[in-house]
This record gives sequence, C-alpha cells and structure tokens, in this order.
Amino acid sequence: MGIYFVFVLGIGFALKRYMHTSTDFFLAGRSLPAWVCGLAFLSANLGAQEVIGMGASGAKYGIATSHFYWIGAIPAMVFVGIFMMPFYYGSRARSVPEYLRLRFDEKTRAFNAVTFATMTIFSSGISMYAMAELMQTLHIFDVPFAKLGIDKAWIFHFNIFASAIVVLAYIYLGGLTSAIYNEVLQFFLIVAGFLPLVWLGLKSVGGWDGLKAKLGPGYTHSWVGMSNAHTNRLGVEWFGLVMGLGFVLSFGYWCTDFLVVQRAMAADSMTSARRTPLIAAVPKMLFPFLVILPGLIAVALPTQLATRPGIVQTAGAHTVQGKGLIPVKLNPDTGKPEFDKNGKPELNYDLAVPNMLLHYYPTGLLGLGLTALLASFMSGMAGNVTAFNTVWTYDIYQPYIRPNASDQHYLLIGRMATIFGILLSIAAAYAASRFNNIMDMLQLVFAFVNAPLFATFLLGMFWKRTTGHAAFTGLIAGTLGAAVHHGLTLSVNASAGIKGGWIAVVHRYPSQMAQNFWTAIFAWTTCFVVTILVSLVTRAPDEEKLVGLVHSLTPRPKETVARWYQRPAVLAVAVLTATVILNIIFR
Amino acid sequence: MGLDIRVPIGMLFSVLGILLTIFGWLSNRSLYARSLGIDINFIWGLALVAFGVIMLMLGRRGMARAHSAKQAAAKASRPPEI
Repeated sequence: MGIYFVFVLGIGFALKRYMHTSTDFFLAGRSLPAWVCGLAFLSANLGAQEVIGMGASGAKYGIATSHFYWIGAIPAMVFVGIFMMPFYYGSRARSVPEYLRLRFDEKTRAFNAVTFATMTIFSSGISMYAMAELMQTLHIFDVPFAKLGIDKAWIFHFNIFASAIVVLAYIYLGGLTSAIYNEVLQFFLIVAGFLPLVWLGLKSVGGWDGLKAKLGPGYTHSWVGMSNAHTNRLGVEWFGLVMGLGFVLSFGYWCTDFLVVQRAMAADSMTSARRTPLIAAVPKMLFPFLVILPGLIAVALPTQLATRPGIVQTAGAHTVQGKGLIPVKLNPDTGKPEFDKNGKPELNYDLAVPNMLLHYYPTGLLGLGLTALLASFMSGMAGNVTAFNTVWTYDIYQPYIRPNASDQHYLLIGRMATIFGILLSIAAAYAASRFNNIMDMLQLVFAFVNAPLFATFLLGMFWKRTTGHAAFTGLIAGTLGAAVHHGLTLSVNASAGIKGGWIAVVHRYPSQMAQNFWTAIFAWTTCFVVTILVSLVTRAPDEEKLVGLVHSLTPRPKETVARWYQRPAVLAVAVLTATVILNIIFR
Repeated sequence: MGLDIRVPIGMLFSVLGILLTIFGWLSNRSLYARSLGIDINFIWGLALVAFGVIMLMLGRRGMARAHSAKQAAAKASRPPEI
C-alpha cells in the first residue's frame, strides 16, 4: 500500500515540470494518446460506486446488473465517440458548460456550470465518506492504531484527511495530466486486485455452471422475464429499461457529464478524442465479470462459511442470519438488524465485495486487494475534483468574477480551486456522516437536474433551429417534470417522502428502479418537447455562429489515421457487435 | 509530454509483483487454506512481474521513439545552413 502512494505522489512531482499554462493544467495540454485517455475515461467513473455498488447489485439482482453496462454504458459511449466528440473537441470549447455558451447562451451555461460544480463537490465528499466508513467497518487500521495508542474513533478522521491530502497533492502538482495518469494506474491496480478474486471465487463454486446450479435462473439470466416487471429481479419491464436506463440516463451521463468528457478532451487529436470512449468501451464491456461476479459468488456461498475472524458478520448472528457472505444490515443508531415490511431481514449488500476479499485473500494479496479498493475510491474523488477546478475556473470565475486576467492568474486560481474543492469535499463528507437524509435529498435534486440534459444536447447538436431561450426553458421544465413525476409516484414497498409521492400518490411502480427510470423518461420528454416548442416561437440563431457546433453546419471530420482498424467507425461497429453477442450469451 | 505513463506503471507492478512472489515463495502453506490451497501470492506475483516488465519495455520504447521524433523535428525546423 505504501509503495502505491509513493508512486502516486511521484507522478505528481514528475509532471509538475510540465505545467506552464492553464491549458496544461486543465486540459493536459491536449497532448495525450487515445489509449491513455480511454482508460482514464473509464477509470474516472470507476469510483466506489462502481466497484462496491456493482458488486452489491450483483448480489441483489444477479447478472441482470449487466444491463447497466451492455444496455446502458456501451451504446452511450459509442454515441459520444462517433457523433458528439466532433463538436466537443472541434469547437475548441474547454468544458461542457463552455460548449453550451458557444451553442446557446450565458444563462444555459451558468445553470449547467453551477449545478455541475456543486454536484462534483458532493460526489467527491460522499466518496470520501463511504471510504472512511468502509475502512472503519473492515477494521483495517485497528491494529496500527492500537499500537500507536490512538483511540479508534480517529480512524474515520484519519481516512478522510489522508485521502484528501494524497488527492490534493497529485492534482495540485500535475493537474489533469496527473489525475489522468493516476487514473490509468488505478485502472490496472483495480484489475490486478480483483481478477484473482473472480478466479478463486468461480473455482470454489464450481465455475459458471456451478453458480447457475446454486442460484437458479433468476440470478443468471439478464433478459429472461424482462417482458413484465414482476417476473424479473430488477422489477422493471423492458421498455422502461431500454428507454430509461439505456437511452436517457446512460446517454445523459456518458455524453454530457464533463467529468468523463474532460478525459476525451485531453486527447492529442480529433481522431484520438473520438477513439477515447470507444477504447474505454472495450474494458467496460468486460467489467461485469470483474465487478458483478464477485457479488453473485458472495450470495452463492453457504451462509456462515466465514472462516476468518476479520470478516464482517452480523452482530448477534444467532438470531438473524445473512445470506452467503452478506451480513444483515444494522441500524446505525441502535445497532440492531433492520427488517423490511414483510419481516424479512434487510441485507447489507455493500459488504459483498469487501467480504469476498477478506474471505479469499491471504496476507499479501489482501494488501493488493485493499489497495485496489482504495484506488477505486480515490480515482472517483480525483475525477470530481479535476472537473470541479476546470468548471469553476473557466465557467464561473473567468466569465463572472474576473475576466481578462493573465493565464498565469487562471492557473493559480485552478490550483486554489483544487484546495478549495477538496476542503468543500471534506465538509460534504462530514455532512454526509451527520445528516444522511439531507444528502439523499441533494442526490435526488441532482438526478432531477441531470435527467433532461441529454435532450438539450441532442437538439443543440443536431437541430440548428434550437435557440438559447428554448434550451434554458427546456432544462428548467425538464427538471420540474422530473420533480413532479417523482412527487406523484411511489414504488410498491416504500412510504411517501424522500422516496417519492410527496405531492400525492397517483401511480405505484413495482420497484424503485422502475420509478427512477420513468422519472428520467418523463424529464427527458418534457425537456425535448418544451425545447422544440419554444425554439419555434423564438428567433432563430445566426447560422454563421453555429459552424463547428451543429451537425448540419459542420464539415465532416477527416480521418487522420491511415490504418483501418484505428478508425472510430470500425471500432464502434466492433464494440457494438461484441455487446450484442454478450447480451445473447447471458440472455 | 515527457513522461510515458507505461514506465511508472511498469515499475509499480514489477516492484509489487516481486514482493508478492517472494512472500508467496517463503510463506507457510497453511496461509493458503482460504484461497483453496493455491499459493495465490506466488502465482499472481509472477503474473504481475510479467505485466510490469512488458509495460516497462513498451514504455522505454515509446520514450525513445518520442525522443528521436523530437530530435528529428528540431533538425527539420532549423534554418538551412549556408
């Protein structure tokens, strides 16, 4: 673990020499090769949410979790690479909000910049909090702390500040390049740390066939039963899945979130920028095997097999048992197991992956596994912080607070924003530990703001008639649409409140996931329709100003690589074909 | 960019791999009851070393190529001598 941190900081120092202008700092000088950007593109999203969350969903929903990859992420990544990157990279905008200003107007940009910046801070804070809490639950630092004679209560604070300092140091020194290089390093570490887990796990349950035999078809098929929401584990029917997850949510995230798009903007040429998401799609396609399978294996193992004292078990396991390696969820205040409406104990699925590590890894490899886990948390945090400092400097500070300053000044502000951003994240992390409900609510609000975004970009890029006023009203209307839909519906087992139905309950969805997907579909449709209607009644934008920003007014990008297998279109077809095959195999 | 990312990746994985291999080789077999009796430290250590070395080789080649390309560019941009 120590060695890893030495390398992380070493890269920061080695890159400091190259940071001369703000472009170097915020956009990595637009000089990175496609494969580096591609892996960073993937890794920036590979935060805690991915490794822990997907393992947890694997344990909860089974292989159907792969829809998040094979229906969700991959098509969206192909779309952003082939169709949208020419405008992002070609317009020379330095950020996604800046593209919105070039295409539409100031208010649309300001709205996007402010909501996005706030969101990154909270995401990185939540990531930090989740890591500190996990480290505490797993009792990793208990022994060294006991030796030093420090009280256990400090472990939480130590984790928060240690991770903050490491991330701060390498971003402060090397900017985006450093963040990207570290993300590539983290990508390999995560693969190296989790691959043996999948191998050992599969071996112990008797391979994929053994897993199938133990868990039954509900867990090991992703499409069977999708025709009706009540016959599959996700509780969603195929239309909601494909439209909500596959179209609105995934395209909204991968195509408009500056956190990931920034990685592609750092590429050294248009072709590289377009290849970035396509290259990222290849490992992304295989990730379900790395992150979802451990979750599945964790439920398949016999309950109370836990051989190791360190493994997290349900306290008072005599009365309530978990399932496989997954313990029962405990109420954080009372320490007692929690039950759902039907009296069944709720399981703490988030511990699926960490418990698998503790169960299978001997001393030695366990260090690598835990480092990989830490790396996943930090890459998520660093991604948010670099996106924050860029948006803050280019889209909030430069236009509204102090325009026309020297480039050196903006470089300095970028570094300050890094410190500032991390301090705010720490504050957010503590807020998360204190006021869980407020954090849930904020995440809900962000979900409302994000859902309609893709409609705005789609219209902006492919319909030249779309106007600035229309984009702005469309976004606001879409956000409100999401909020109203959420306020009027509820999932079956939930009670009105934060989970929806706070206006009145008009409709009940079979699961919370179905509700989320449909909220997104409503938001998107509202935004799409309102933007078109308002565009038609407002004055059309000047066509000359839109060259390079809208599809029909932009010359098609020239292919700069001669070799056929490096062309974005060829890559895209290959990626999509492979995805279809995977869907068929695991139907 | 003067630093090829493959070099630090190669170094990190080589170091980690070597440590893991040595540990796996020297450690007591009873440690591996949990990993199905497989000395996973040793095996995975070797795999990491192999990966690290390949990365190092690719990285050095990449840096050498970037270096010579830079020199060629510098030569081309120099005004012709009289």
